[in-house]
Amino acid sequence: MNWWLVLPIALPFLGAVLGLVAFGKDRTQRTLAVAAAAGQLVAAVGLTHAVATEGIQVMQVGDWRAPFGITLVADHFGALSLLAGSIAGGAAILYAAMTVDRRRARIGYFSYAGVLTAAVAGAFLTGDLFNLFVWFEVMLIASFVLLAVGRRPQQAAGATTYVTLNLVASATFLTAAGLAYALTGTLNFADLSGRLAAVEQRELVTALAILLLAAFGSKAAAYPLSAWLPASYHTPAPDVSPLFAGLLTKVGVYAVARSVTLFFPDEEAIRNVVLAGAGLTMVIGVLGALGQYDIRRLLSFHIVSQVGYMFMGVGLLTPLALAGTTYYMAQHMVTKTALFLVAGVIEERRGTGELKALGGLYRANLPLAIVFALAALSLAGIPPFAGFVAKFTLARAGMEIGSWPIVGVSLAVSLLTLLSMVKIWNEAFWKAPPTEEDVATPLVVPAEEESLGSAATFYRGRAILLPAALLATVSVMMGLAAGPLFELALSAGEELSDPTHYVEAVLGGAR
Amino acid sequence: MEVLLAPVVGLLFACAVYLLLQRSLGHVIIGLALLSNAANLFIFVASGLGDGAAPIVDPLTKMTPEGSADPVPQALILTAIVIGFGVLAFFITLAYRVYRITGTDDLEALPAADRPSAEEDGQLA
Repeated sequence: MNWWLVLPIALPFLGAVLGLVAFGKDRTQRTLAVAAAAGQLVAAVGLTHAVATEGIQVMQVGDWRAPFGITLVADHFGALSLLAGSIAGGAAILYAAMTVDRRRARIGYFSYAGVLTAAVAGAFLTGDLFNLFVWFEVMLIASFVLLAVGRRPQQAAGATTYVTLNLVASATFLTAAGLAYALTGTLNFADLSGRLAAVEQRELVTALAILLLAAFGSKAAAYPLSAWLPASYHTPAPDVSPLFAGLLTKVGVYAVARSVTLFFPDEEAIRNVVLAGAGLTMVIGVLGALGQYDIRRLLSFHIVSQVGYMFMGVGLLTPLALAGTTYYMAQHMVTKTALFLVAGVIEERRGTGELKALGGLYRANLPLAIVFALAALSLAGIPPFAGFVAKFTLARAGMEIGSWPIVGVSLAVSLLTLLSMVKIWNEAFWKAPPTEEDVATPLVVPAEEESLGSAATFYRGRAILLPAALLATVSVMMGLAAGPLFELALSAGEELSDPTHYVEAVLGGAR
Repeated sequence: MEVLLAPVVGLLFACAVYLLLQRSLGHVIIGLALLSNAANLFIFVASGLGDGAAPIVDPLTKMTPEGSADPVPQALILTAIVIGFGVLAFFITLAYRVYRITGTDDLEALPAADRPSAEEDGQLA
């Protein structure tokens, strides 16, 4: 029994269940949520340490020998994704525990958040295609509720878009799982890896690849399946978006990376599709962001753009490129969540995230400005921040195998990202606050404000910046002291590019 | 049996896609219900149906009887049906809420969350 593999899933789940038991006890629920998130972080650190020192960790649930039972696996890629995810998720839950109003806390906000983080951990650690489907569904149900609670008309529209898209993607995934089982008679990742290579009907394998890419691609918000994300992520309360921004799409990216490297490592066409999708996703996302004037909507477009970078490493499929994807994913979860937390603090302080109506935040709140600047520079990939390390790795991997077009696109998109960040900086932090005449019509529709404000924020002190500041610190450390973490990312790249490690660990190590 | 059921699966997928493209949220929900049923039936058919013998291991031969169905896809479908049912129930509730908040079930008439609203347009111009 390998406890490190169970705890990151079990602890948040336990916290969520205890939170339901403590129904109506507001402070207990908040404390439990933070404690569970901290527990998950500790477990993730323990798991990463075990993987780094002993290699791939495997656990057969119920001692059913692989491939017959459900397998939990952590290789370097899975462990690092989990570690970054639990850091980002933990900070988002800490922020929520400080700010979520009593009305939403009462209907079980923290239990849903706990289930969400448990499901994300489950998706990162499972070694079984159908089990991955189940974790996706658990994650979706929790996110549906978090997204839909509220009364703004835009939120209703955003939730409808999000739910519909995700249900279609889930049905596609389910069909793909069925096809995989029909072709090979197994659902275990490691077993599938070997058996798919031996399938004679190659056109059905291609069909399987298309179904999987469509399902995971829509969950990861890769172009052309990306339009739902900027349509929904900015609509819920500011305490929900950081949790979504850091975790949800990255599970989709993880699934794409896992399935392409394990199932279709030799299919040139699929790699080219992923690479083309990566380039288009980067460009479409960043161009969409240029026209936006709502902070969270703007940042949502940048999530799309950055998913493109993560796909780039998968499309290149060299060890260095996959290391780049791993590092990019890890730093992105931390940095992006920090930016959304900053956006949350801004909306909490000023009552709006509309850039036209903001201004003077540099003078009013210097720590906030510093946290934003650190995270934004990392996002744009300015040295010496973490984003630079990740982008540099990907660009270098692209140059090594002569994929010049994608390298060129990625560098150009970096510049445009910087432009977007400078726009937020200028509008929200640097310029003078707008006077009454500048703002002709009220930017926040009063009716919305009234229906939202029925319950006041739980806590309004200076400390609500703390989670964002913690994440920004982690992000800076990932840039300045990238060495140890980058070593792990390189090991992840090695493991991903050669599936035999994974297969042997799961099937050979069966007890 | 497979030959009969395969066109049914295709028909279900086609109907689901048609309904998903409708403007009314009610139609979209029925489309999603059909879609998950189509996926379930696909798993059922794709893994082979056998001739209906129960897959119980014979104590003498230590083998399942000839022509028995594979139980794994059925277990998968059972899980998927339960999940699909729960999610669908949630979506119907959400649709009701959307109707209560916005007064419409026409997806085109919902306030566009991904586009600047009318008054913002005026300011950007």
